[in-house]
Formats: sequence, C-alpha cells, structure tokens
Amino acid sequence: MRFHPDQTPDPDTILVFERSQSVRPSRLLDPSDVPAVDLTHYYGPAARRQPAGIPDLAEPEVVRHYTALSRKNFGVDSGPYPLGSCTMKYNPKVHETLASLPGFAGAHPLQGDAASQGSLELMARLEAQLCAICGVDRFTFQPSAGAHGEWTGLLMIKAYHESRGEHQRNVMLVPDSAHGTNPASAAMVGYEVRQISSGPDGMVDLSALEAALDDRCAGLMLTNPNTLGLFEKNITRIAELVHNAGGQLYYDGANINAILMQARPGDMGFDVVHLNLHKTFSTPHGGGGPGSGPVGVKSHLIPFLPVPIVAQTAAGSYFLDYNRPQTIGRVRSFHGSFGILVRAYAYILANGAAGLREVSEAAVANANYLLARLREAYDLPFDQPCLHEFVLSGTRQKALGCSTMDIAKRLIDYGYHPPTVYFPLIVKEAMMVEPTETETREGLEGLVEALLAIAREVETQPDLLHDAPHHTPISRPDELKAAKDPILSR
Amino acid sequence: MSGFVPILPQERQQMLAAVGISHPESLFDPIPPEVRWPGGDTDPYTAPAQSEMTVIRELKALADKNASTASHACFLGAGAYDHYIPAAVDHIVSRQEFLTAYTPYQPEISQGTLQAIFEFQSFICRLTGLPIANSSMYDGASAAAEALLMTIRQTGRSKVFLAGAIHPDTRAVVRTYLEAQNFIVEETPWPSAVLIWPADLSGYAGVLVQNPDFFGRVHDLASLVAAAHTAGALAVASSDPISLALLQPPGELGFDIAVGEAQVLGNSLSFGGPFVGYLAARESLLRKMPGRIAGETVDRAGRRSFVLTIQAREQHIRREKATSNICTSQALCALKATISLALLGGSGLFEMAAQSAAKAVYLQQQLVATGLFDAMDSQPVFREFAVRLAGDAQASAESTLARLNAFLLAKGLIGGLDLGTVHSSLAGCWLLAVTEKRTRAEIDHLVAAVHDFFARAGKEASV
Repeated sequence: MRFHPDQTPDPDTILVFERSQSVRPSRLLDPSDVPAVDLTHYYGPAARRQPAGIPDLAEPEVVRHYTALSRKNFGVDSGPYPLGSCTMKYNPKVHETLASLPGFAGAHPLQGDAASQGSLELMARLEAQLCAICGVDRFTFQPSAGAHGEWTGLLMIKAYHESRGEHQRNVMLVPDSAHGTNPASAAMVGYEVRQISSGPDGMVDLSALEAALDDRCAGLMLTNPNTLGLFEKNITRIAELVHNAGGQLYYDGANINAILMQARPGDMGFDVVHLNLHKTFSTPHGGGGPGSGPVGVKSHLIPFLPVPIVAQTAAGSYFLDYNRPQTIGRVRSFHGSFGILVRAYAYILANGAAGLREVSEAAVANANYLLARLREAYDLPFDQPCLHEFVLSGTRQKALGCSTMDIAKRLIDYGYHPPTVYFPLIVKEAMMVEPTETETREGLEGLVEALLAIAREVETQPDLLHDAPHHTPISRPDELKAAKDPILSR
Repeated sequence: MSGFVPILPQERQQMLAAVGISHPESLFDPIPPEVRWPGGDTDPYTAPAQSEMTVIRELKALADKNASTASHACFLGAGAYDHYIPAAVDHIVSRQEFLTAYTPYQPEISQGTLQAIFEFQSFICRLTGLPIANSSMYDGASAAAEALLMTIRQTGRSKVFLAGAIHPDTRAVVRTYLEAQNFIVEETPWPSAVLIWPADLSGYAGVLVQNPDFFGRVHDLASLVAAAHTAGALAVASSDPISLALLQPPGELGFDIAVGEAQVLGNSLSFGGPFVGYLAARESLLRKMPGRIAGETVDRAGRRSFVLTIQAREQHIRREKATSNICTSQALCALKATISLALLGGSGLFEMAAQSAAKAVYLQQQLVATGLFDAMDSQPVFREFAVRLAGDAQASAESTLARLNAFLLAKGLIGGLDLGTVHSSLAGCWLLAVTEKRTRAEIDHLVAAVHDFFARAGKEASV
C-alpha cells in the first residue's frame, strides 16, 4: 500500500518526503551538555534498529513547502464560506495572540492549583458566562469537540437514569433531520437509536414523538433551530412530552449562533446543552479542529459531570475538584482544550452584551436576506422564515442535468466556498446556506449574484457546471479510486 | 455593537426592506414568546464591549497569575512535555488558509489541508512502523480508548486488558468509553510495579500497553505481543512519538494498533489542551478505524490529488452504525506536529530524543547521588523517571513533596509530580521529566535546590 513506483509525482504535489534531502542536520537544538548515553546498549532489545525515514530538509525548503500547501486552501479570510451548520464566522486575530501568551501557552496542566490561578479563574469566569447564556447551572470544559460533548452529555443522562434505578431506559430519540453525530454518539453510550420523522413543516412530528415515548425512552436529542434553520415552535410542548415520559432533553448547540442572547436552551426545557466554541464563539476551525465542546447541565445533572471541574474555596482561590463520587469519570486527559477557552472568553469580553446580541441579529438578517434573493432561482422545500441558515434544494437544476454537487463546484469558480451539500438528509439535492453575521455586504451580494448566474448557466451552459471547478489546483478528484485502491501513506 | 459585524444596523434594515422584510425584529418571531429571553442581570448580559487593548490587558493579567515554562524551568511531565517548538511552526500554522478553513469537504479548494493530513499520516506510519493512520484523535487517551473499541469490533469479544503502568488519565478515559457500552476493562493491579498480564488472554479482544510507561520505563514487549496473538487478541501500544526515534516501533514488534499523544511534537502545553492523539494500524483494520482518513488519488487530468476517503465508516454516512461519533478532531495540532517533524528532520528528532534520554539519566543519577532519593527501579527510562524519598524522609512523605515542589516553584523551577496525589501507595515518590530543553545548569540548579530544601528541613527539625 505504501509504494507505487510506477507513479511519478507531479512537481506541484510533491510530498515532504520526496524533497531532496539537505546534507546538513538542523541547528534548532543546543548540543547536549550532559554525559552521552550509549542508547543501543542502554535500551538493548527495545532499541530501534532502522531509522524512521524522516527526511532532513533545510528550513527554507520546509517553509516553502507548507506555504505552497496553504495556498491550495480556502479559509474564512479568503472569502465567503457559507458552510451550513458549521458557522464559519470570522476569527479575530487577537485570539491567537492571547492563546499564545506565555502564561497560558506555557502552563503545565499538572503544575498545581496554586501555580494555575490565572487559568482556573478564566475557566470559572467563562463557565459563569456560558451558564447565563444557556440558562443552565454548570458547565464542563472537558469535551474536545461537539460530538465529544454530545457523548459526554448522553453519558450524564444515562448515569442520571441509572441513579434512579431506571436501567431500562436505553432508547435515544433522534429526529431524521439531525446531524449524523447525534445517532453515532447515542450508539457510543450503548443506546438504541430511534428516528423521529419530521412533519411536512420540517419540525418534529409531535404524533411521531408521542408514539415513541415510553418507559424505555432515555431522552430526545434536538438541534434548535433545527438543521433546516427553522425554530422548533413546539419546543415547550416537546419538552413537556419528553419529561412526562421520564426522558431528558438534549440540546445540540451546533446552531445556537441563531439565538445567542435571544433565547436560552435552559428556558426551553433542555436538561443538557453542548456548545461548539469553534462555531458560535469564534475560535478557528483549523482545517478540522481543534474545537471545544463544553457541556452545560441543569442542577439535577451536576453530580454526574466529568472530573475535574473548577471550584472555589471559601477564601476565594480556585481549585480543580476531583472529589465527585457520582461523576461519569474522565472523557479526556487533563482539563479540556484550554487554549480554545481563552479565545472564547476573549470573544465574549470583546463583544459585550450588545455585541453578542447583534451577532444573532445580523446572522439571522443575513440568512433571510440571502433566502429572499435566492428563493426564486432554487426550490425551497420548507418555505418558512429561517433563522441563521436555510436549506435550498437543487431538484429543479437536477432535472436539467446539473446536480447540487455541480452547483457547489461551479460556485468555487466564482470564488466562494460552497454551502453544505446533501445535508440534511430529508431534503433532496440539499444546499444548506449559513452566511454568519461576519459576512460583508460585498460578500453577500457576490454570493447571490454567483448563485443566480449559476442557475442561469444550468439552463444555458450546463457543461460549465459539469466540468467545474476550472481554476483550482486540481479538478474533481476520483473518490472511487481513492476508496477502491487506498493509498493512505507514503 | 459587535466589532466583528461589518454591516451596520441601518444598512441591515435597508437590505431587509429591499427584500420585503420591513421589521427586522420580526425575524425572531419564529421563537415563541414564552421562550424569548429578555436578558439577565449577570455577566455577560450586563457587560459592555471591551476594546482589543482592554481584552489583551485583562487576559494578560490572568496569564501572569500562572507559573509557566516562560518563567520557570519545567521538570514536570506525566503526559504533557515541554519540548522545543521550532519557531517556524507557529508562523506557518498562523496562515489563515490553514487556520480558518474547516474539514476539507471540498477537496478542490482544500488540497493544502488534505496533503498535510496525508503527510501527518505518513509521518505517523514511519514512526510506528504500521502502514495506515488516521488524521488525528482528540488526544492520546481517547485514541487509546477508540483503539480498544476497534479490537472489540474486530474480534467480537467484549473485554480488554490494560497491562502495566498506563497513564491514569488514559486508564480513566478507557473505562469511560468502554464501560458506556458495557464492555469490561481489566488491568494489572494499579499502581503496578511490573509489566504483567494474564497467562491466558483468550477471552480478551485487546491488550493495551504504554511504552515508555507512566513512570518513564522502557519495556521489552515481544512476549506480550506473542501472548496476545496466541490468544487471538489484538495488541495495542501507546507510545510517545519522540521516543520512537530511539525505540523499536510498534509495527516491527508486531502490534496491531499504535496510539499516542503527539502534543510533544510542535504543540504547546497550554494547560493541557488542545492536544492531539494519533492512531495507526495494520491494513486489515482499515474499515474498523475511527475518524477522518486522507487518501491519495488522481483528478480528472490524472494529477495527484488528496481526498477524505473510506468514509463509509463515518457518522455522517453510517449514523448510529458508524465506527465512531468523531467529526471535528485536531487537524491544526496535527499540522503543527507535521511541520515540527519536517523542520527537525530525522536527525533533529533523534537528537531531541537522545538528549531527553541522556538528560533524564543524568538527573536520575544526580538525585540518587544526593542520598535523599532512591531510584524506583533499574529499568532503562526515556525522558522521565520516578524516585522515592530515602530513609528518614519517608516518614513524613505525604507532605514533603508538596512542600518541596512549592519551595522549587519559588526558585523558578516546576518540580516533578508528587505521585502520592495519583495513588496513596506512591506517597513519597516523585516523577520527573527532563526534555532536551533543560540545560545542565538548570538540572544542577534543581539538584542544588533539592539539597537546600532538605538541609533547611533538617535544621528546622533539629530546632
């Protein structure tokens, strides 16, 4: 699988391993100033016999190599990135400066509470803010991403039911419009997943929900606004139904940017809430992480939070509290992705109350503006006012021979990142558009013009779509070949 | 107002009016009035927006309350290590194209991220001696847990064994992951002095071993792998990637899966996160692997291209039948590790590893030579080792190390881990890590300060 000598690498896509090796070793490290150890003798049979095959390259070569790679990427700063459900908002540059302050970046996780008061205070302050924003009583910062948060939240729900002797509750309800992580997380806590269908209005079908509620129901996972960008208007009734059946209500916070400072999951009846700090609280997505998925809970679930949590002594100093007998345990090493917390805290400080409120106002306004401009050219299967995002369907274009994938690829030619496509699964040829509040007027207008132009091209020059994108480092890659004859390392 | 919203409220109003939405406040009408929130009387509902200057000042004040590797020489490890990060790493990852992109769903405009992931996978394969690796896991602990779930999927068996001294956080995370699905986790009695495992492993799906172990000790693992394979169980190694420059790679030893914490490559301590786990395996386990995997293919013109592949394992396709729920992982941290390895090169990585080994041995010898500590055992160590308070000091072991560490902190030194906080039977044991960053002068300073502490303690006792 590793060696394919018949292929000659394209010079533009040369791997770091294929670059010519430098004859001089790197001068990054000081020479050793302690007595040398004969390592082969010291480690005996455990010693490595062959070098690992890591090339020695000169620094200019390495920097050029990765700079060249970066130029083949599209980021939020490159242009509009309306990737639905992912909240690709602008990430303030100062966040990077702050996370790399030596007192944060150089703090060892086990250096002790006394030597870590700054980190612990930041965590305590951020926790109080997130509790107030979500209407819950406590947060854990342990989970590393949204899916990790879902799983952590479900573990707490499971522990809660078991603490009440309700061991038979092992079914988690998940709407058919849910993110794939919801059912996958439920399976990873050992739950059976039951799918709840959406009604014709795109909302949870109340009769389907009622039919699924019994004494095996552990709870319902819900995104609100849901993945169609629609607010589940029956949320109070849904909460009542789930709670009356003995279940717990889980809030998938992927879409909370829509309602930031306007409504709170806790007030809607949710017992558990996860947030994606890399979405709503503007920490960079990093090409697929690191994220952070803190989980907030109502008071009845506090005993089950993972360890450790930040606590305060009577004298006011902060400490990491591990002494929590009913905890679900640890979900990762140390105390969570602290560097991400620094950025989220800075974001809240910089915005203040009015700024955070404007985040949701502008995000919802931008989405509705785009929807109004695009609704004639594309189908809108669930025709209601949206919140922060909306889902169009490319079925009309598909009938003319151009798929949603073709539309997405053609949008790249116009300089925009495509929306999320083929999700949610309940919409055919779905295009999920989330402009976020940080998009510029120019960006919004340009995106509209591009999508309208593409809709015309479908009718007049469909091959422009079929062959798109035209100006990228590569054209469409052969994904079948990649899966059929996997080359996963060199 | 938010400083990060380019369109002013008035312009927003005009834009909406132009498309027939005359009352912007009506945009929130889909939210029923009973769950609208008018705003609270606590932070952040009362908070004014702060300027960038103020935010920097506030956060710097918090950061300055911490001890850090900038102000102190760090001899603490236990799963998080103060290795040198080449200056170019942060410059490259600060490029917005890497920093602000998301998961490479659109390969034509994500070749940078995809090729970098492919290179990360390749580096991990070269270090571990296994042919396939994924794009990253949350951390080393969750990587170990997911690897053991793989062994369960592969063998159809429902219990696993944790052999020897595995990091307590890894042990705890493994329990959380596996016990959630009613799988059974058994282990060598903790804290284990020796690497032992059940004579018959035939009921087990997998065996996990950490090498170097939690106490920095390096083991010969050939017999463990043989025992696992004889019993039809899979063998999983948790290995520090820098140590693999010196030690026989898991793949060569016959391990089926290798995992580990790659923070040590290019990622700062950052109070414990974000870190990055790696997971590599033999080819037959490909379809059991969790997480994103990048693969090489060609585009329509036949040019070499990279894509996310073997996605039929993943949550967005398989939902509850996926191999894992993981979606967002640690791409940027993996990129830091990749660039760090490229800058260090094979020779730099070897030098980093060799110095970490030699400096740990030097400190171990110096501390034992004081007569104040005994070595815990005679096995070879990598970068880290434990010592035990000698003789008289043993009696008051419980508080001695806490006071010693506080004393050292005041002298600009972050001391080792007081292992009594990990397990009561380890009271009086001290776990110290020495990376290539520590100079001989710093090591000698630590030893002198330890001397000084006990000399003062002795005087106080005699008074």
